[in-house]
Amino acid sequence: MSVIVYIETQDQEIKKSSLEVASYGRAIADAQETSLVAVTFGLENGSALKQYGVDTIINVPTEGEQYFNADRYSSTLAKIADNEGAKLLIISSSANGRYLGPIVATKFQSTYFSNVIGLPLSYDPLTVKRSCFTNKAFNQSTSQKARVVISLSSNSFGIIEKDGKGDLKTAEYAASTCDLRVESVEKSSNKVSIADAEIVISGGRGLKGPENWHLIEDLATVLGAATACSKPVSDMGWRPHSEHVGQTGKPVASNLYIAIGVSGAIQHLAGINSSKVKVVINNDPEAPFFKAADYGIVGDAFEVVPELISKLKVLKGA
Amino acid sequence: MTHRHFFINFVQNNLFMKILVCISTVPDTTSKINFVNQNQAFDTQGVTFIINPNDEFGLTRAIWFQQKEGADVTVVTVGDSSCEPILRKCLAIGADRAIRIDATPMDGFYVASQLSELAKKETYDLIITGRESIDYNGGMVGGILATFLGLPYLANCNGLEKDGTTFNLEREMDGGKELLKASFPIVIGAQKGLVEEKDLIIPNMRGIMQARQKPLEVVPAVNLEAGSSIESFEKPPAKGPVKLIDSSNIDGLIDLLQNEAKVL
Ligand SMILES: Cc1cc2nc3c(=O)[nH]c(=O)nc-3n(C[C@H](O)[C@H](O)[C@H](O)COP(=O)(O)OP(=O)(O)OC[C@H]3O[C@@H](n4cnc5c(N)ncnc54)[C@H](O)[C@@H]3O)c2cc1C
Ligand SMILES: Nc1ncnc2c1ncn2[C@@H]1O[C@H](COP(=O)(O)O)[C@@H](O)[C@H]1O
Repeated sequence: MSVIVYIETQDQEIKKSSLEVASYGRAIADAQETSLVAVTFGLENGSALKQYGVDTIINVPTEGEQYFNADRYSSTLAKIADNEGAKLLIISSSANGRYLGPIVATKFQSTYFSNVIGLPLSYDPLTVKRSCFTNKAFNQSTSQKARVVISLSSNSFGIIEKDGKGDLKTAEYAASTCDLRVESVEKSSNKVSIADAEIVISGGRGLKGPENWHLIEDLATVLGAATACSKPVSDMGWRPHSEHVGQTGKPVASNLYIAIGVSGAIQHLAGINSSKVKVVINNDPEAPFFKAADYGIVGDAFEVVPELISKLKVLKGA
Repeated sequence: MTHRHFFINFVQNNLFMKILVCISTVPDTTSKINFVNQNQAFDTQGVTFIINPNDEFGLTRAIWFQQKEGADVTVVTVGDSSCEPILRKCLAIGADRAIRIDATPMDGFYVASQLSELAKKETYDLIITGRESIDYNGGMVGGILATFLGLPYLANCNGLEKDGTTFNLEREMDGGKELLKASFPIVIGAQKGLVEEKDLIIPNMRGIMQARQKPLEVVPAVNLEAGSSIESFEKPPAKGPVKLIDSSNIDGLIDLLQNEAKVL
């Protein structure tokens, strides 16, 4: 009956979003008076998960396969969940988590709930709160099936340290069921990815051209933040598509989102709404972003941002 | 006539791809979101419906294969008759035929089940879904459909090229991209980047006229249960007003972010 969490790693490090998933899984396991089982793939040492309430850490050796494999991971997870008699399998809402979700849910013959916010509202039947309409609303969804796969929205629960038993085990890596091969992976040059970032600095058309992006990049560097942009900025090729955020781009759920020269169109706001604190810098006091932001400066980006960068540099001792 | 005959033969011999594009109908991105019936249903009053943007990227790529190498493009939606204008629009954009599975979409599992029953009857080389629909944002139909059909699924697909009977694919992931290969058939979750914004096709008069002559078939749904149900909707609480800081007071902003918001 245990609760299962899928833990993602990168370069032998556990991702922050997965620590949140473990903390969330622990809270559910407590509510259900059962144990928490974490599954990792190719992680040499998962014992750190003990501090986040995990009772059993199952590592699956991936036979030298170095890339994420939705097919084999999902088969493996479904099998482990089956063996454990689990009803709930929890994954993060990272790109890989959301990729895995519908596939593992189908193999595990369960309901799949994406964009879940907070703990279940009831367990029998399982009811959860989910965001929908790109964060413009929420709904309460109830599963008709006893088994459910939950994909937890980033930053919606938090990371909580708590002692678990921390037993270490291994399980077998399931065989492939289909023909889809990763040939190579190209890491983007950005130091921090939008999905993992605590702080995101975003630039819009108000920056006038790609030659001015040092403002966004320098600010991001001082704050250890990821860089993002509005849709027209990526459509015009000023910035790569991977930086486009919003309804048709990447979702942002950071702690701090600073928008510079972005008007705040409804499609832009939809994608960044779930960021906790929003700051806007725009020279037009009528820009719609001021209605959505927590803090705002009406001013010229070309004057405000350099000053902000130099003051933050002093503050951060850089 | 001969030409058409010749074409069908090629399709049967799999020299031309058969593509199925799954279309979901969603509220225009600028729509105000409201609910009715004690917050149990989405208020469609005054809402304009559009092709889900991710599906439009996928459809545009399919039409590219049709124009370049004669691929055969079918669009399908699970929905009631109110979805037909959207299917006609897909035909005007260039799809060869449209199918509407006559049912109210209950949840992603239900939609994927209906689509898989249909897809099993034909052999498609490529099934295109969108990364997610922008209304319920489930991001689930493509993955469930592929798994039901025993086919590989590639989420967040922003590159798709054909090379003989294999595909070269690209997936956007957190902090980079992945380059992949797959043999036919495959299901993808299309997204921005699969085609450029400027390549999106705005139907012209000729396309709209031709669309009227193209087949739009309505097929009955298979009887099955949904996996989940939505009990109610709610909107996020109203936000307080923005705190404005004078542009000469950068220290003030930093102070607020450090000590009030505690995010620095
Ligand atoms: C179907 C659809 C989907 C869409 N999806 C998205 C999406 O996912 N993400 C997205 O971002 N957009 C999306 N859009 C586009 C959206 O509607 C807006 O057009 C876009 O967000 C505007 O980008 P922007 O704010 O950079 O540019 P603009 O709207 O041109 O705004 C520029 C802003 O910069 C300010 N400015 C100018 N000079 C300065 C200066 N010197 N200092 C400070 N401020 C200055 C201006 O006052 C203005 O507010 C979508 C549109 C459609 C139709
Ligand atoms: N009612 C529907 N009919 C046909 N295809 C759909 C339907 N709903 C969703 N899809 C497809 O599945 C994709 C993902 O949708 P979703 O899982 O709802 O986020 C969409 O982009 C469509 O391609």
